[in-house]
Amino acid sequence: MNGTAFSLFLGIVALTLVITYFASKKTKTTSDFYTADGGLTGMQNGLAIAGDYMSAASFLGIAGTIALSGFDGFFYSIGFLVAYLVVLFLVAEPLRNLGKYTMADMIAARFNDKKVRGVAALNTMAISTFYMVAQLVGAGALIKLLLGIEYIYSVLIVGVLMTVYVVFGGMTATSWVQIVKAILLMLGTFIISVMVFAKFGFSFTEMFNQVKSATPLGESFLNPGNKFKDPLDTISLNLALVLGTAGLPHILIRFFTVKDAPTARKSVVYATWLIGAFYIMTIFLGFGAAAFVGQDKIVAANAAGNMAAPLLAEVLGGEFLFAFVSAVAFATILAVVAGLVLSAASAFAHDFYTHIIRKGHASEKEQMKAAKWASVGVAIISIILALFAQKLNVAFLVSLAFAVAASANLPIILLTIFWKRFNTAGAVTGMLVGLVSSLFLVMISPSVWSPVEGAAILTGEAIFPLANPGIVSIPLGFLGAIIGTMLSKPSDVDKFNGILVKANTGSGLRKGA
Amino acid sequence: MLPKKQQNFEHSRYSDVVNTKQFQQLMAEKKRFILPMTVFFLLFYFSLPILTAYTDVLNRPLIGDITWAWIFAFAQFIMTWALCMIYTKRAKRFDELAEKVIADMDKEASS
Repeated sequence: MNGTAFSLFLGIVALTLVITYFASKKTKTTSDFYTADGGLTGMQNGLAIAGDYMSAASFLGIAGTIALSGFDGFFYSIGFLVAYLVVLFLVAEPLRNLGKYTMADMIAARFNDKKVRGVAALNTMAISTFYMVAQLVGAGALIKLLLGIEYIYSVLIVGVLMTVYVVFGGMTATSWVQIVKAILLMLGTFIISVMVFAKFGFSFTEMFNQVKSATPLGESFLNPGNKFKDPLDTISLNLALVLGTAGLPHILIRFFTVKDAPTARKSVVYATWLIGAFYIMTIFLGFGAAAFVGQDKIVAANAAGNMAAPLLAEVLGGEFLFAFVSAVAFATILAVVAGLVLSAASAFAHDFYTHIIRKGHASEKEQMKAAKWASVGVAIISIILALFAQKLNVAFLVSLAFAVAASANLPIILLTIFWKRFNTAGAVTGMLVGLVSSLFLVMISPSVWSPVEGAAILTGEAIFPLANPGIVSIPLGFLGAIIGTMLSKPSDVDKFNGILVKANTGSGLRKGA
Repeated sequence: MLPKKQQNFEHSRYSDVVNTKQFQQLMAEKKRFILPMTVFFLLFYFSLPILTAYTDVLNRPLIGDITWAWIFAFAQFIMTWALCMIYTKRAKRFDELAEKVIADMDKEASS
């Protein structure tokens, strides 16, 4: 075990626990627990959104994918970033104006119906779980590699820590852990990028020229098409990337941590600058790893390329930088998983328990208790799933979460805000069609089936040809919502007008409501 | 939870608000900005994967070994940041219009 790495890991854990301790003193009401009482500034929330977004998949996954397959890895960076325009233009402000604690609140503001709330909560929990299991599997593999701890114990350590953050510190702790981590991650990435750029004499043309001869792909490293060969699959992936973000529960609940729509907008703008700067730097990470670590060493450490960034840090800055980057990667996973636990737990405790089981008649104390127990429950379930999912591909689980979010959540969010005729039946059918079709298409896709034994989860011929279901399931989600609406009575026009006014002016939120 | 003044606002009264000139202006200005911008950025975004998936035109080098694909990819970043700034500027106007609508609602509710 590496001494420097170990002490930096302990330092990061200690720092986050101190944050949680101070946050726990402030967390008294359900509003504190779910949304930090809407008290974050635009800058703080922007950093926290960026932190929630720059997960292990981004930091470790994209750097590795660029290092191994060149340009195609950069598609992820572009899609993840441009997605924020969808969030900024269409979703952030109305969501802040209509919602209280969860995404279901916003839909229920228009359709006061248990079915709608229940299905929305179900979607949130499904998406959060896929995302969470992906992060936990990544965390387990990372810690095993860095500290030599068994996979099962690694997952347990991460699981216990994230539960502590959420249960004791709620959204306040989760946000501050996220902010601190975002700053550390940006710092680490910046240092490595500058070092890589210096090695290429601060010249882009030199960098492109050298990397060409450094990888086995040669010239084609610089061209698209190494990883994504089927044109439709490329487009389908890009569709899910750009539309998925606006339906991700742990990103959406971030908009309830600020006081009004202008602050929500500001936080998206800050997040977009930070995320953009970060994703530009993934080029340096990927190219640097390809040129200075080499494909053989990257693949030897982890077949999916997930260790490219830490290995690059080791080559450039020795043991200390390696330890620092690894500890930050660990903090990244912890913080993102805490955000996911919170989004799943709030969907369960707030939407199912408080609104459906108790019909809105639960005392503040009972609600708090439910939220905390729900967090513990969600954490236990995801730890158990992560132990079984050890062999699953992390990128596959994340892309599944994006596809479900884009197919099941986004159509309903948009139609609730923008479509006058939309009604309860449409919302329920849309969400169910999006959820079921995206899951079903993945089940029969090449991500699950491969004729070569061991290349995918099951051996056999895939019925659906695309690895990413977005191009079919997203239109199906919209279609389900539209057909469901057309086959039933139109919704109350006055009520839609109420939503229209509140969503666009924030009139329902003003004066500390 | 509505602020006190607006608590006596029935749903039917929101329909009156929707019909006011102020609110119609807010919606019209928003639509005129957001709709074309959204169409534009989606077209710009999807033109990259469509071009790389079906053609090789972007594989040609532009400066040294840097190909058009990388330049186009970088342009996506510039576009995102630029649209963010433009939107921020325009949103100030939307906020002003929204303030006016709310002020009228408050007046109406207390009368």
